Amino acid sequence: MARNLIDIVDFTTEEIEQLIAVAEDIIENPVKYQDACAHKQLATLFFEPSTRTRLSFESAMLSLGGSVLGFSSASSSSTSKGETVGDTIHTVSCYADIIAMRHPKEGAPYAAAQHCDIPIINAGDGGHCHPTQTLTDLLTIHREKGCLSGFTIGFCGDLKFGRTVHSLVNALSRYENINFVFISPEELKLPRYVKEEALKKKGIPYTQTTSLEEALPQLDILYMTRVQKERFFNEEDYIRLKDSYILTPEKLVHAKADLSILHPLPRVNEISVAVDQDPRATYWKQVKNGKFIRMALILKLLGIEV
Amino acid sequence: MNIDSIHNGVVLDHIQAGKSMEIYKHLNLDKLDCSVAIIKNARSARMGKKDILKIDSPLELDLDVLGYIDPNITVNIIKDGKRVEKKKLELPKRLTNVIRCHNPRCITVSESQLDAIFLLSDPDKRVYRCAYCETASDKK
Repeated sequence: MARNLIDIVDFTTEEIEQLIAVAEDIIENPVKYQDACAHKQLATLFFEPSTRTRLSFESAMLSLGGSVLGFSSASSSSTSKGETVGDTIHTVSCYADIIAMRHPKEGAPYAAAQHCDIPIINAGDGGHCHPTQTLTDLLTIHREKGCLSGFTIGFCGDLKFGRTVHSLVNALSRYENINFVFISPEELKLPRYVKEEALKKKGIPYTQTTSLEEALPQLDILYMTRVQKERFFNEEDYIRLKDSYILTPEKLVHAKADLSILHPLPRVNEISVAVDQDPRATYWKQVKNGKFIRMALILKLLGIEV
Repeated sequence: MNIDSIHNGVVLDHIQAGKSMEIYKHLNLDKLDCSVAIIKNARSARMGKKDILKIDSPLELDLDVLGYIDPNITVNIIKDGKRVEKKKLELPKRLTNVIRCHNPRCITVSESQLDAIFLLSDPDKRVYRCAYCETASDKK
C-alpha cells in the first residue's frame, strides 16, 4: 500500500525532521534536484479553489523535473456528474504517479486513500486538516528560529475553524518548551478536543486571551489567521467576527525585535499592508518555503532519494 | 419470575439496566425465528439492577457492537443446556458501520455508500472519532 499524507500525525517527528532537512538542502542546492522526478506525473485534483497550494504543488513538481495534470474546480471534473470521490481517484490513479487533492468535504482524502494504490497528499479537506501547510509552517519556524523548541507562539484569529492552527498545535505539541498563547474572540476559541488531546493529555501549559495587544510583547512567533467566510453557515456571525483582530505597525511597537509573523494566507485585512515592510513579517518567506517542503514531500512519498 | 433455560444459544448477562432494547435492535434480534427473552431490571449483587437477554438459537454475535454499547456485558455460549464459553467484552478499537458521523461536512454524509469507520480515541471517556473527519461520536 502506498504511503500517504492525510494528517500531519501520519508522520513521525523523525520523518518531519528529515523532510525539513531535505527542504533546506533543496533551498541550498536546487540544481541537484532539478531532474529528480523526471518522467513522473503529479495529479493536482482541486475540488475547491486554491491559489497558493495548487500552484506551489505544481511549481514543486515542475522544479523536480516532473510534469503535472489535473483540474482546479469540481465543476471541471466528473464530480459535477455525480461521480464519487473514490471513483475519481481510482481513475486518476491510472494516469498519475502521485496525487495532491483538495476537497471541501472533511475526510475526502481518507476516503480517496481507500481506493488508491499511489500516494495521496491531502492538500486541505474542508475545516479538517491541511498537513502540507503545517509542514510549511514548521519549515518556516525552523529556518527563522533555528529549531522547533523553546519559544512562545501566539495563535490569533479564528482558532475554532482554522484547520492550519489545529494541525500546527498538534505538530508543535511533540516538541519541548513551547508556550502556547491562544488569542481569539470567545466564539472562535480553539476547540476543546484540540486542547484536550494535543495539550492537556501531554501536560503542556497554554493560556487563552481575547487581547492581542496584551499577548504580543511575550511572543517569539505570532501566527495570524483569517476569519474564513466559507466556514460559517450564518453570514451574520461572519460579519460580526471578521474584523476582530487587525495587526498594524502601531500594535507591533511593543513586540519583540526578533518576532516572526506568520500567516497561512490568503489574508483579507487581518494584517495591514503596512506591516509587509516590517522585517518581522515572515509570511512571504513562508509562501516560498511551501514550495520547497512540498518538493521534499513529493520525493519522500515517491521513494526518491537524491 | 421464571424464564425457561435455553438449550443451545446465547445469554447476554450484566447488561446495564435499560440497555437491553438497544442491544436487541442493534443485533437485529427481531429478525430471528426463535425464542428471545428480554429480562429488564433483574436483581444483581454486583450491579444492583441489570438486564439479561436470552436467545434460544446459536448465532454469531457482532462483539464489536456489543462492546461499543456496553463493554461490561458477559456473553455466555450455551450448548446442550450447559455453558461452554464465557466471553468478557472490551471496547473495540475500530467500529465499522455501527454508527454514522453526524458532522454535516463529513464526506461519509454526502457519500453514504462509504463505510462508516470510527476509531477509539479515548478509552477512559469512551470517545470514538470518525476516521474520516475526526468528529467525536454522540454516544458516551
